[in-house]
Amino acid sequence: MGRYVLKRVLLVVPTLLAIIFIVFGIMSLTPNNPAAVMLGPRASADAVAKLNSELGYDKPMLARYVDYVMNLARGDMGKSYNSRREVFKEITLRFPTTVKLATVSILVAVVIGVPLGVFAAVRQYSVFDVTGTAAAMFMASMPGFWFGMMAILLFSLKLGLLPSYGSKTPAHLILPSLTLAIPVAATIMRFTRTTMLETIRQDYVRTARAKGQTEGRVIINHALKNALLPVVTVAGMEFGWLLGGAVVIETLFSINGVGKLIIDSIHKKDVPQVTGCALFLAFFFMLVMLAVDILYAYIDPRIKARYQR
Amino acid sequence: MKRNRASMVGLFIFSVILASAVLADFIVPMSAALDQNMSERYLPPSRPHPFGTDLYGRDIFARVVHGARSSLLLGMSAVAVGITIGGILGASAGYFGGAADAVISRVLDTIMCVPFMLLALAIVASLGTGIVNVLIALMLAMVPYYTRVIRSAILNIVGMDFIEAAKACGVPSYRIILRHVLPNAIGPVIVQATMSVGTMIISAAAMSFLGMGIQPPSPEWGSMLSEGKDYMLKYPHMVIFPGMAITLTALSVNLMGDGLRDALDPKLRD
Repeated sequence: MGRYVLKRVLLVVPTLLAIIFIVFGIMSLTPNNPAAVMLGPRASADAVAKLNSELGYDKPMLARYVDYVMNLARGDMGKSYNSRREVFKEITLRFPTTVKLATVSILVAVVIGVPLGVFAAVRQYSVFDVTGTAAAMFMASMPGFWFGMMAILLFSLKLGLLPSYGSKTPAHLILPSLTLAIPVAATIMRFTRTTMLETIRQDYVRTARAKGQTEGRVIINHALKNALLPVVTVAGMEFGWLLGGAVVIETLFSINGVGKLIIDSIHKKDVPQVTGCALFLAFFFMLVMLAVDILYAYIDPRIKARYQR
Repeated sequence: MKRNRASMVGLFIFSVILASAVLADFIVPMSAALDQNMSERYLPPSRPHPFGTDLYGRDIFARVVHGARSSLLLGMSAVAVGITIGGILGASAGYFGGAADAVISRVLDTIMCVPFMLLALAIVASLGTGIVNVLIALMLAMVPYYTRVIRSAILNIVGMDFIEAAKACGVPSYRIILRHVLPNAIGPVIVQATMSVGTMIISAAAMSFLGMGIQPPSPEWGSMLSEGKDYMLKYPHMVIFPGMAITLTALSVNLMGDGLRDALDPKLRD
């Protein structure tokens, strides 16, 4: 088991280098003239060229990639073109907000989605299943930011229950995290229902029933345990969608997280800041997927067995 | 598919939206969607303006109807091109296996470490904002997902006897892939394609909402929501109708995709 974990953890380094290469590569496609952005339209051509070469932007892309990685190893992601502040600091200031938002949302999504999915599968074609599946389909088809707007209209405007923007108190996080969680909950519910339907048709479930076990035990001990395995992976993948969604939702609710920072930086053509934010979120997602993989190894006896010999 | 009532409803809704996109000019003239009329700003829904008017006095119904064009065009063309690229990559990986498979799969696995929306945003950030760049970004960001589906669909077919037979007869690889493998692997690919039209339409709207996509004054659902956002507390009709349009479109393609999947996957039937 330790060998599997070690193997997965060691893979982090090359994966990270590859992610940096991809993000850095994409950002290098920009018609790159950072000095012109920094010095403004009135700067002389000489000054622009001088600053570009000071910043190292006259080097080929691969050389810049190596420089970037070396600097990154020291926690240096360069300076923002606009605020001239350190990219890394700007991100770490806002990162906890985004992590809080995403973590609360995925927990809410799982807590809502899994039980509803199981129940819908156990009572296939019942009223609950039909309405539940239809509602989930509707929720999954709704753009998250529009759902957020409708939630603001209902809970902030009509009912006056919750604040509609900012992130000062925990109450400020309720609407944004629900907005993020509901479409994901719908996806998880639909997926849980499908795997559960497949599982309860398996022979070993029939065997368990034939042995005379109570229906509750059959569902929970035999079916659910097996059906939940793929759900863990999907919840991990959904976390990635959620981080992407956070970009939009933070903008909608004016939450000062990494997502809002990335959008503001794109509008300002602030390449180092965009690169830094994208890398940070991608790295965070990679860690989550790593955790999911390791968790999976512990709960799936098939992987456990392969590495125990 | 005929027996599945939900997917028929989806097909119906989608046909209505498609028809209104195609016939937009006959339903309501484009000028109603573009001409500013300062004496008719923020009007609530009424007989002359069924969905009300926006901050420039433009008819929201006309903007929603004409906005269907760009949304559908964007969604469907992103899927079409993305699936073609993903198809070529996935088919090569699945059919040839070995080194081709290893390289393609490793590269795409790494790209998938970057969340979809983030990847698309990074591409837009680098290419610059605008409708064409949003289209390119969404298309490219989706390629790894298509490749994965197509690769696994192909892998299920490649081991079968009739492929071996074709190989033994000396049929060239490209012909085997096009004539024998793809037609048999197409089921899951169609399901994935249908479902992802919805994802693409929502993502494109999100991009416009963030100010990356279609620039005003062209009517587009996402940018209408973005415009309406600041006024929605006073004039909620400005955001309700464009959002409904996005949701209904995505819902209709998801319903169709679901029906197709049920029809193609016997495991889920009773």
